[in-house]
This record gives sequence, structure tokens and C-alpha cells, in this order.
Amino acid sequence: MTVMPAEGLFSLMWLLIALPLAGAAILLFTGRRSNSWGPYLGVMTVCASAVLGVLLLIEMMGLPTEERAITQVAYQWVFVGNFTVDLAFQLDQLSMVFILLITIVGSLIHIYSLGYMSHDPDKRKFFGYLNLFVAAMLLLVMANNYLLLYVGWEGVGLASYLLIGFWQHKATAAAAAKKAFIINRIGDVGLSLAIMLMFVTFGSVTFSDVFGSATQASEGTLTAIGLLLLLAAAGKSAQFPLQAWLLDAMEGPTPVSALIHAATMVTAGVYLIARSNVIYNNAEWAAMAVIVVALITIFMGAIIGSAKDDIKKALAGSTMSQIGYMMLAVGLGPIGYVFAIFHLVTHGVFKAGLFLGAGSVMHGMDDNVNMRRYGALRSVMVITFITFMAGYLAIIGIPPFSGFWSKDEIIHAAFERGWFIGGAAVLAAGITGFYMTRMVAMTFFGKKRWESDVHPHESPAVMTIPLIILGLGSTFLGMALLFWGDIESWLEPVVGYESEPTPLPTSAYIGITLTFVIAGAIIGWISYARREVPVDAPSGNWLTRAARRDLYGDAVNHALVVAPTNYAARALVWCDARAIDGFVNGSAAVVGGLSGRLRRTQSGFIRSYALSMVGGAVLVLLALLLVRI
Amino acid sequence: MDPVYYIYLATVLFSIGAVGVLVRRNAIIVFMSVELMLNAANLVFVAFARMNGNLDGQTVAFFVMVVAAAEVVVGLAIIVQVFRTRQSASIDEPNLLKY
Repeated sequence: MTVMPAEGLFSLMWLLIALPLAGAAILLFTGRRSNSWGPYLGVMTVCASAVLGVLLLIEMMGLPTEERAITQVAYQWVFVGNFTVDLAFQLDQLSMVFILLITIVGSLIHIYSLGYMSHDPDKRKFFGYLNLFVAAMLLLVMANNYLLLYVGWEGVGLASYLLIGFWQHKATAAAAAKKAFIINRIGDVGLSLAIMLMFVTFGSVTFSDVFGSATQASEGTLTAIGLLLLLAAAGKSAQFPLQAWLLDAMEGPTPVSALIHAATMVTAGVYLIARSNVIYNNAEWAAMAVIVVALITIFMGAIIGSAKDDIKKALAGSTMSQIGYMMLAVGLGPIGYVFAIFHLVTHGVFKAGLFLGAGSVMHGMDDNVNMRRYGALRSVMVITFITFMAGYLAIIGIPPFSGFWSKDEIIHAAFERGWFIGGAAVLAAGITGFYMTRMVAMTFFGKKRWESDVHPHESPAVMTIPLIILGLGSTFLGMALLFWGDIESWLEPVVGYESEPTPLPTSAYIGITLTFVIAGAIIGWISYARREVPVDAPSGNWLTRAARRDLYGDAVNHALVVAPTNYAARALVWCDARAIDGFVNGSAAVVGGLSGRLRRTQSGFIRSYALSMVGGAVLVLLALLLVRI
Repeated sequence: MDPVYYIYLATVLFSIGAVGVLVRRNAIIVFMSVELMLNAANLVFVAFARMNGNLDGQTVAFFVMVVAAAEVVVGLAIIVQVFRTRQSASIDEPNLLKY
């Protein structure tokens, strides 16, 4: 694939990043002066980026397929001997998809936040951080080398940290922010090691150089790079075993959960692997590891989502599970990359809609997140209800809603690989049907279980309009991308696409999947809409209890990492206090004691000094005589 | 007479002076012992000057006498001051400057 220099409208592509970055700088550095107009500026910069993104898309569609990868060098960043790294952007079909997802969903969530955060005293800071996030995320997907991608990667991690802990006066939010940052750091180590290994192996970290010479490297090296990148992706995308931070990340404001922890940032891991597709295509075991991690996470997320009573945490479990689907698809190789990105886009839209819907419900319920205290909200919040239903039908995969098209393609690709993987994907789709039905039933159907002084109401238009747009996206985006946008041939030049034959016709797989989904939905409906939902959670079976505790993710982390670290720290403190300090203090005591003895010779008696002088003189004399003889 | 006998005499005088410094407590006696050692050294210088047939040793002996005279002035002044404050010329009593 040749990379063209940027000309015409494309030479403006740096503005995509610069606009939100400037917004963040203005909002964060001007302080209270911009309290009044700052939030609107923040919204405008992201909207301007979105408009520019759409213009670039139109321009790109006018180009022939092989000329759609465009690069722009801002300046030479690192030059050491033969090794150079440019601050350069690469705009191709894959980054274009991400740019549109980030800027358009980002704009909608910015607008929504105007309403959601209207009473918050730190509104300006919030929009500053959101702008910072958008800029970093765009840098991540537009970088043309791994080092610059790493800058964006860290930038989104920073923004995520700042926004999870936005209400840092809550101890839980501050702790969740630290947890997210630290667990992400483990993944970041993987990414930095992968970049170093690439530099050692290929002598360059530019995408085109690495992918161009990837086939010359040994399979062992490529497997190592692939596994390290998987570690990075697992950290950022909350995949097993680094999944524990995402549920706690829901302590942040709901628009943050929608933008960062559902639609965009957590999918960066999928982007990383899809972007590095050449490496995984040549490293079979690394790709297999991706599939294993993905399957474990799909089920973990689904089970956690089925047991949580906190609406945001249930959605977070569902996000884990859906990102697991994307990881599964990228692990499948060229039969899956395209559909992973397809599902990523549809999921980004409908999950943002679901989160914003949840935020709208919380807004009306005095920020109560307990679904056992909801019920019968469909007539009170009509717009929220309808848009939430669109997202619901999309995520469980009912045709013609957008999730159906993307998830069905992934399940189909999984069956192309084998019965086991395909069967697991279908079963998890059934669980998705269950937990999403449970959520909808507990929130919008059944009887009122509201707290006594709560008066739910529909949210203002500034919040419902983004909901409506995202609801429309949840409904039509899948069809639009598949039939009108032709996403397979759009992404094929970047990530590759091939199809393998399956034993059964496509319609049979659709039938199996839909059967499982509807069965799950019916079980959910019977359990949570037909039956009374108790206000106090029943103790439940062992699986429910385990899922309520995040499947012991924290306990495992504590046992495997935190406790050994504490023991090691205590052992080191002991060593420091006893061994090192003991040695230093001991030698000081020995010297001190000896000098205490030695100074007794300073008796003050002149004659004893004279005696030692005479003794010394005699000794010198004897020595001289000995030398002479 | 063989000049080497002067060396023997100087050795005896020096030893007497050294023992005097070490065993006597009276500052004046110690001082005189020091003078004895200095003059023993002078005797050696002069004897060597005679043996070697040049005047270098004699010159040094004059210098030693001059320095010894100056030293006597300072030393006696100190002893007098110590005696005034302590009513004693013992050199074992002023032992405050110690560990």
C-alpha cells in the first residue's frame, strides 16, 4: 500500500487534533475567566473537528482506493543516527472510521454534557478534560508510527484518569481513578516493550516500515511483539486479566463513561491489534492468545452484567463483553478484522446511546443508580425510553438494528474458524439478550419502586437531542455501513479481508443466534418483568454472588499482585532497616567506639606526650639503622 | 684527641636531658633538661664541623643558640604565668587540654 503526501484539503488534517487540543489548553489555562463561555468553546472545537472529519471523508471517497492512505509530516521529532521518528499523521480508511466515530459521538456527548453537567461548579474543567481526551484519542488513531501512537495512548489514559476522578471529593472516585491508571500502566509497559522490540528488530517504529519488513522477522519475535501488544490492548480495553478497572471507572460522570469507557478509548486496544494486523497474521500463537483472552472476557463481562444492580456497572460489564467480541474478531485474522471495526463503530454508537440514556434516567432519579429503585419509567421518560430501546435492540442483535449486522458477522466469522469458538460466541449472545432485557425490564417496565421523594422527569432537549441522534444511529447505522458504505471493501486495503467457507448457509447461523438471543430475552423478561423485583437484592446463587463481586477480580488482583507487593515492600523495609542501616550504623558504631578508646591517649600530661615522641624518635632511628645494615 | 669522643659525650648529655624531661615534674628542671639536649646537639654540630674541616656545623650551632635564647624567653614567661595562677611549677597539674 503506497502512502501519498497530503495535498489540498488533506493538508488541514492536523487541525483535527489541534482544534480540541487548543480548546483544552484555553479552557484549562484561562482559569475561572472562561467559566461562562468555556463549555461552549469546548463543544465548538469538537464539532468543528467533526465537520472537518466529514469533509475529509467526502474528499477521501473521491480518491481511487490505492491513493486513500495519506501522510502528513508536522516536524521531525527524534533523530538519532539512522533512527528518526517524525511527528507525522497517517490518514487512511481505518483512521478515517475512527476519526468520524470519535468526533461525531464526541460532539454529541459534549452537547449532552452541557445539560448533564449544567449544575456542576467545575463544568469548565470537565469540558477541558473532555477536549484533551478527544485530542489525545485522535492523535492515537492518526499517528503514523508506534511512538506517536504511544503518546496518544498515554494521553487518553491521562484524560481517563482525570475524568474518572473528576468528582475527587468522593473517595471511591479517587480510588477508581488510581486503579484505572495503575492497571493501564501494566498494559502500557507491554506497549513500550513492544515498541522497543520493534526498534531492535526492524530499526524503525513507523507503521509502513514495520509492516513492510514484518515477514522477514522470525516468528518467535513476531509472537513476542504480538503478545506484548495484546497485553497493552488488554489493559486499555479492559480485557482479562486486566479487566478490573472498568467497573470502578463508572464512578466518573456518565458522559465520560459513555465517551471514554464505552465508545472510544476502551476500543483503542482493538484498534492497536487491527492496525498491527500484519504482525498477527504472521504470528499464529499471538492471534490464538487474542482469541482466548477475548472468549474469557466475553463471558466474564456478560456474567457480571447479569448480576449488577447498578445500571452503569451492568452496562460496563456489557461493554467488556462487547469489546471481547471485537477482540475475538481481530484474533480471527483477516476473516474478522473488518467486522471487528464494524462492530466497534456500531457498538460505539449504540453503547454511547445506552450510557447517555442511563445518564438521563439517573438525572431524573436524583442520581440513584440502583435499578431496583427504578421501574415503570417508560411513560415518564418517553424519549429516553424509545432511544434506550433502540440501543437495547441493537446490542442484543435484533434485525434490522445496527448491532445485528455487526455481531452477526463476527459470529459468522467465528464459525468459519470452528464450532467451539462460534458456539461460545452464540452462547454469549444469548446471555447478552438476558442481561439487557433484565436492565430494560427493571428500569422501564414493572411497578414503581421509586424512593419516596423522587419525581422522575424527562431530561431537557440538550440531552434528548443527542439521545435521538444516537438512537437513530443505533437503528440505521449498521445497515448504512454494510449496504451503502460497503465497509468491507472500504477497510480491506488497510486490514485485509478474506472469507472462508462454512458448513451451513449464513441464514442458519442467523437463525441459531436469534434463537439464543430471544431465549435469553424471554428468560430475562419472565424473571424481571413478569415477576415482582424485590427492592432489596436477594442473596442469589453462588454465581450471582461472585458476579456481584466482579467475579473476584479485585480479590485475585489482591492475592496475586497487591499482597505479594506489600510483603515484598515489608521485606525490603526490614532489609533496609536491619541489613543496610545495620551495616552503616554498625560500622559507624565500631569507628566511634575505637576512636573513643584512641582519644584516651590524649591525657593532657605533657610528659607522656614527650615519652611517645622519644619512643617515636627511637623507632625512626632503629628503622634507619636497620635500612643501613 | 679523637673527635668521636665528643660524639659520645653529646650522646650521654642528650640522654641525661631526655630522661630529665621524662622523669622530672618541676617545670624549671624540665626546661633545663631541654637546654641540655639542645646543647648536646650543638656539641655534635661543632664536633662534626671539626671532623669534616668546614664551618657549616659551627654556623648551625650559633643559630641553635639564638633560637634557644628566644625559646627561653617565651618558655620562662609561660612558666611564670602558670606559677602565678596555680601557685605551682609542676607540669603534671596543668592537664586541662585533654579528651
